[in-house]
Amino acid sequence: MMDFELSDDLKALQDMARRFAADHIAPHARKWDREADIPRELVAKLAELGFLGIFIPAEYGGVGLGDLGASVIMEEIARHCGATALMLDAHNALCSAHIIRAANAEQKTKYLTKLAAGEYLGAWALSEPGCGSDAAALATTATLEGDSWVLNGAKQWITNGHYAGVYVVMARTKPDGGAKGISAFIVERGTPGLIIGPKEDKMGMRGSDTVGLTFDNCRVPKANLCGKLGEGFTDAMKVLERGRITIAAMSVGLARGALEESLSYSKQRVAFGKPIFEHQSIQFMLADMAMEIDAGRLLTRKAGILSDAGKPSNIEASVAKLFTSEMATRACLAAIQIHGGNGYTKEVPVERYMRDAKLCEIGEGSSQIQRIIIAKHYLEL
Amino acid sequence: MDFEFDDDHRMLQEQVRAFAFREVAKGAEQRDHEAAMPEPLRAQLAELGLFGIIIPAEYGGAGMGTVASSIVVEEISKACAGTGVLLSAHGSLCVDPILRFGTTEQKKKYLPGLASGETVGCLSLTEPGSGSDAGAATCAAVLRDDGWHITGTKIFVTNGKEAGVMVLIAVTDPNEPKRRLSAFIVEKPTPGLRIGKLEKKLGIRCSSTAEFVFEDCVVPHDALLGERGRGLRVALSTLDGGRIGIAAQALGIAQACLYESIKYARTRVQFNQPIGKFQAIQNKIADMAVGIEAARTLVYRAAWLKDAGQAYGQAAAMAKLFASEIASKAANHAVQVFGGYGYICDYPVERFLRDAKITELYEGTSEIHRLVIARGLAG
Repeated sequence: MMDFELSDDLKALQDMARRFAADHIAPHARKWDREADIPRELVAKLAELGFLGIFIPAEYGGVGLGDLGASVIMEEIARHCGATALMLDAHNALCSAHIIRAANAEQKTKYLTKLAAGEYLGAWALSEPGCGSDAAALATTATLEGDSWVLNGAKQWITNGHYAGVYVVMARTKPDGGAKGISAFIVERGTPGLIIGPKEDKMGMRGSDTVGLTFDNCRVPKANLCGKLGEGFTDAMKVLERGRITIAAMSVGLARGALEESLSYSKQRVAFGKPIFEHQSIQFMLADMAMEIDAGRLLTRKAGILSDAGKPSNIEASVAKLFTSEMATRACLAAIQIHGGNGYTKEVPVERYMRDAKLCEIGEGSSQIQRIIIAKHYLEL
Repeated sequence: MDFEFDDDHRMLQEQVRAFAFREVAKGAEQRDHEAAMPEPLRAQLAELGLFGIIIPAEYGGAGMGTVASSIVVEEISKACAGTGVLLSAHGSLCVDPILRFGTTEQKKKYLPGLASGETVGCLSLTEPGSGSDAGAATCAAVLRDDGWHITGTKIFVTNGKEAGVMVLIAVTDPNEPKRRLSAFIVEKPTPGLRIGKLEKKLGIRCSSTAEFVFEDCVVPHDALLGERGRGLRVALSTLDGGRIGIAAQALGIAQACLYESIKYARTRVQFNQPIGKFQAIQNKIADMAVGIEAARTLVYRAAWLKDAGQAYGQAAAMAKLFASEIASKAANHAVQVFGGYGYICDYPVERFLRDAKITELYEGTSEIHRLVIARGLAG
């Protein structure tokens, strides 16, 4: 039956996430942005709520939600802090999701339990200094030597990389094999030869740590191959496809933050004898924000529902990600405009939202890549 | 939560889509050129039951809801937006207010004819001096012993030429600022009512847009629709629902733009490859597709909310505003994809561009919709 409302369970989850974000994230997000760090106590609290095990099945200590449920949580967290949401995204939708999808039972028992409990923060390593959008061109190698895979190369833009206890790393196992020559490996923190670079100094998402990784003859047990040999890229693309739903939900959350802050500001800020909310120019910006947020949220949930039902959802996910990420930047820019000079300062959060939102147009497949994916689907060329 | 159509909706969609593709598309260019709605097409629409989608079975309709009527308007508008609005205006601007405000007698009298398509319906609201500001109407209805005496002019009446019955908004209580207007059901022809100008338009040219001149036109006492003094409420609530229809029309136009653009981009070769291989064209295709998908979720959410008996005004305004602007953008993209061929009348995309523009204007301009949405945010 057609039904545009969340189930009661998901409404309760939404309510819980909303209250948590208001109580434990909103008051501190500015500080985390300034200090470019999210305190580990918050991570522990998120683990208690089950938010570090969003997709992880209950048998491994997770809450076993699907993409629709994840989108509900991510919107609420991103409403107040994009960086916290991004941390959850990389942990849940990339690292954990890859292990859930591809790993064997032993690996799942070993890693998912720790990921769900927050004992390990998860990271996922695909991009390299020389390849971002063109991920299949990656050059990090993994060579089988006896009972070990030996990794060499460099990875870039690794979210959670500074703190992570475990990394899922895509590396080339067949020199000229193209996409089919790529496999995934589970690499634990502290493995000799895994060198964690300094945190990037970023425009936004500053509370979320982003590092480069260097693999210098980094030796991992043979058993740490994650998924089948040569299928790492395929798995990674499937992980990214679903991950786009999560990024879309983050974008919706950030845009909603921009709208809610703008609404409350415009109702109390007076100009020409009345609250600026009463002026059509302001109303029009707010109306566009609200409309696009609703459209974006619906697209996101539609993709989530399809994905949860096991139906094809990659185009829907790309559509949602492209629309919401660009919409979020527009909404945040409008929010700054509505706040005027105040919006340009760090006294109000909307400039932070704008800096955070921009990442959503770049990460996990840039807008340009999404347009190519969508157009090729429609054009069948 | 589930965005998918139910089975009966899917069947309706398939049926109407096939009909639109087969029967509505073929004459669209000619209808546009001649600015006429041929009787045989109207008869075909009637035979399929498309005039009675939202009318309960007891009055001869299909007894379906707004999701269904949106499907119909969307599918027909993919082939011909002018034909789409014939059905949308009939259903949401005339049938819907009669369903919601009419007495049992009024329903019995008018709905069977409206359901069979024997009678086309319309709404007479806009006046030369009262467009977005609907409350400023001056067309007057004065109560006398022999009935209501109507005097004044209505313009921009969609379906005005074909219509056999209208919902009319007129001033009954000029000194009651909050209850100035009342709604009526008026038959056509009626002595004292004549069709004035038939507008020549940029787009949706096969849809008639008429001026109605009332010169002491007398209608019976029981022509009053709903309570006296509540005409503005009838009008505004009717437009709330009508917006979903126009949003569905815009969605249909946008999809036609995408469909034609895809077809062209796959076959048009420049620089030794189909132009669809160029990212410049791919970006346009992607943006059209994304806009359409977003519009679709908004349209069917609004329709679903209305059918579920929930508040839907805000959702309908969002759907109409978004879908109409997407339709214009998509049409503009489509003409660009076609290049010079898009600008000539051998291909349909120039018609889509002309047709799309009206969706940003009627049943509330984009500007009015932004005000409606903002008012909803005031809390």
